[in-house]
Amino acid sequence: MNRFIAFVIKEFRHLLRDPRTMIVLFAIPVIQLLLFGYVISTEIKNARIAILDLSKDSMTKEIANKLRATGYFTIEKYLNNTHDIETEFQKGSIKEVIIFLPDFERQLIRDGVAPLQIIADASDPNMASLLDAYSRSVIYDFIEERNHAKGVGVIKTEFRMVYNEQLRSAYLFVPGTMALILMLISALMTSISITREKESGTMEVLLVSPLRPIQIILGKLTPYLALSVANMIAILLIGYFVFKVPINGSLILLAFTCILFILLALSLGVMISTIAKTQQVAMIISLIALMLPTVLLSGFIFPIENMPKALQVLSIFMPPRWFLLALKSVMLKGLGLGYIYKYLLVMILMLSAFIIISVRNFKIRLE
Amino acid sequence: MRTILYLIQKEFIQIARDKFMGRAILLMPLIQMIILVYAATFEIKEVQMLIVDRDGSETSIELIRKFSASRFFRIDVLPLSQSEIDESIKRSKYDVAMVIPSGFEEKFQNLQTGEVQLLIDAVNGMAAELSLAYCRAIVADYNKELVVEMMGPNIPSASSIQVSTNFWYNPLLDYKIYMAPGILVILITAIGWFMAGMNLVREKETGTIEQINVSPIQKYQFIAGKMIPFLIIGLADLVFGLILAKVLYHVPFEGSLITLFVFATVYLIAVLGIGLFISTVSNTQQQVLFISFFFVMVFVLMSGLFTSPDNMPRWGQVINWFNPLAYFIKVIRMVLLKGSSLTDIKAEIFQMLLYGLLVNALAIWRYRKVS
Repeated sequence: MNRFIAFVIKEFRHLLRDPRTMIVLFAIPVIQLLLFGYVISTEIKNARIAILDLSKDSMTKEIANKLRATGYFTIEKYLNNTHDIETEFQKGSIKEVIIFLPDFERQLIRDGVAPLQIIADASDPNMASLLDAYSRSVIYDFIEERNHAKGVGVIKTEFRMVYNEQLRSAYLFVPGTMALILMLISALMTSISITREKESGTMEVLLVSPLRPIQIILGKLTPYLALSVANMIAILLIGYFVFKVPINGSLILLAFTCILFILLALSLGVMISTIAKTQQVAMIISLIALMLPTVLLSGFIFPIENMPKALQVLSIFMPPRWFLLALKSVMLKGLGLGYIYKYLLVMILMLSAFIIISVRNFKIRLE
Repeated sequence: MRTILYLIQKEFIQIARDKFMGRAILLMPLIQMIILVYAATFEIKEVQMLIVDRDGSETSIELIRKFSASRFFRIDVLPLSQSEIDESIKRSKYDVAMVIPSGFEEKFQNLQTGEVQLLIDAVNGMAAELSLAYCRAIVADYNKELVVEMMGPNIPSASSIQVSTNFWYNPLLDYKIYMAPGILVILITAIGWFMAGMNLVREKETGTIEQINVSPIQKYQFIAGKMIPFLIIGLADLVFGLILAKVLYHVPFEGSLITLFVFATVYLIAVLGIGLFISTVSNTQQQVLFISFFFVMVFVLMSGLFTSPDNMPRWGQVINWFNPLAYFIKVIRMVLLKGSSLTDIKAEIFQMLLYGLLVNALAIWRYRKVS
């Protein structure tokens, strides 16, 4: 046991001696949270649009004012003819053009209906459909108000956003960042640090020492386990105090879920290190097999339901997917074990599989 | 010049000998172009929606029909109680629940406001916002129809505006032709940056850099010898990726490919310069990996690949001046999808050129032949 403790201390020293890596490891979650919290936004704010007003009456002015007043749009330009649209789009200076044809107001009053055209730069389809939806809702609101004032019946929608009243994106990126960081530290760092011992030949020294292979592996894992837990706590605290992400469920269940995922990631790291011979190989496997799926196939950024069937099936095998489901259920919805035991079982199953594969692959002899 | 050519030859021999790396250079683009492009979509295809119709009137049934007709919603109409509705949202069985209260039609016909209630699971705020926007659009459309139907277009008090939308450059709002070029940029960047960065520092770790240090090779020759092979690999991967983009996703090539390759070359020189600079200040591959990973992650998130940089606060946009990815992602989409020409992107080319000169000068300056 003493030997083992000594070995763990050696591993800690090893890690702490490289301050640059340590700084990066703690900077990544903080910067990532700040980026997601303050910089990256899917919300549309001040989107630059242009208006091509061939009618120039009081009503078109009113609609333009309403568009501006929502805060979604900035009216960057007033165009004079349709030829300018293409040039502006190609320069990338505007995203949408709203066109009022001649006699807009007169038609609306005389016929009760007037045409309005929207041209959106759909080279960014997401933005284009959102802008279109927002513009339409402003225009429809305008007409509804007018009708309502004149005593025409309307249907209104009343809505409530459950679990996230203010639609804060923090509810998504705090759990997501957690998955990414735990994966990064636990799996990527472990796999690289073990392969480094192999590459530099010091693994041999460890294997001929009185330490048993299992002790070597556990000793290697311990510092990263500690780091992961520290990072997990840091992320939760920042999430709770800075971004006001609630922790509605039981703290014990939350901690259990996180530690289970950390163990899962650590075992993945060990498994990769039993396959890879060099750090470079370990890095590439980790990046392809861990980072991308964590970001893309876990439901962190992109909803799984929208993906093609094949990818949905693939995502079943991604540990972060189950972690995120469990984490969000506990943190945001405040659900208990009765709701999430399935997710935890899947994770335990994966953990067992990774451990079995690692043990079978682990070589204690030179080739 | 001959010296540089020998150095390039040496690099290629080394890369070719490493079977794993050789495969990674080819496989990475393939995997990424296939999986990422399909996975990275915000497009809402199927929102599971529960409708509880407590009115059962003609108006409410017509409204349900309007929702069913939309391709965004998969509708179940069930007579559930409020607590059952809440439970089904809690269990994530439905993303959206709409309740049409009894007396809905009556209220509406009495020229009042008929209200429907929407309950939206907003754990994913953006999906929730989009669902709401679609719901409102459907209701608004229906409103417009009802006004015309009930009042008749000739009654001057009621009016409507006929909105029609043209989506230029991508009329079907195909998300893949938007993502594929962006993913391609990430790919070329990651390969170039990481490979160049790890390569130089590996020479340090294995000690082979000493042999170069005692040779008459000049500092700039050494950096150029490290840069050019990866520039060639990067451009080759771009060709490969563009072919994949065309074949798999039918990405249009509206603009000139020459324009694109001119920019790509300038861009790669800058990106490789960053990778080389990081490796001149690092001692181990692990350090390079972490510093690079950190910057690449920040750069990718801010690049506008997933979210438009226009929505960022001012200071975020200022940080983005130093983000090479943001330039290339913007340019590749402009050129491929909109057919922008060299003059449209000349500002970006000059900015990248300046960037490249600066980082490479830094890399040459930081590379020490004495340890």
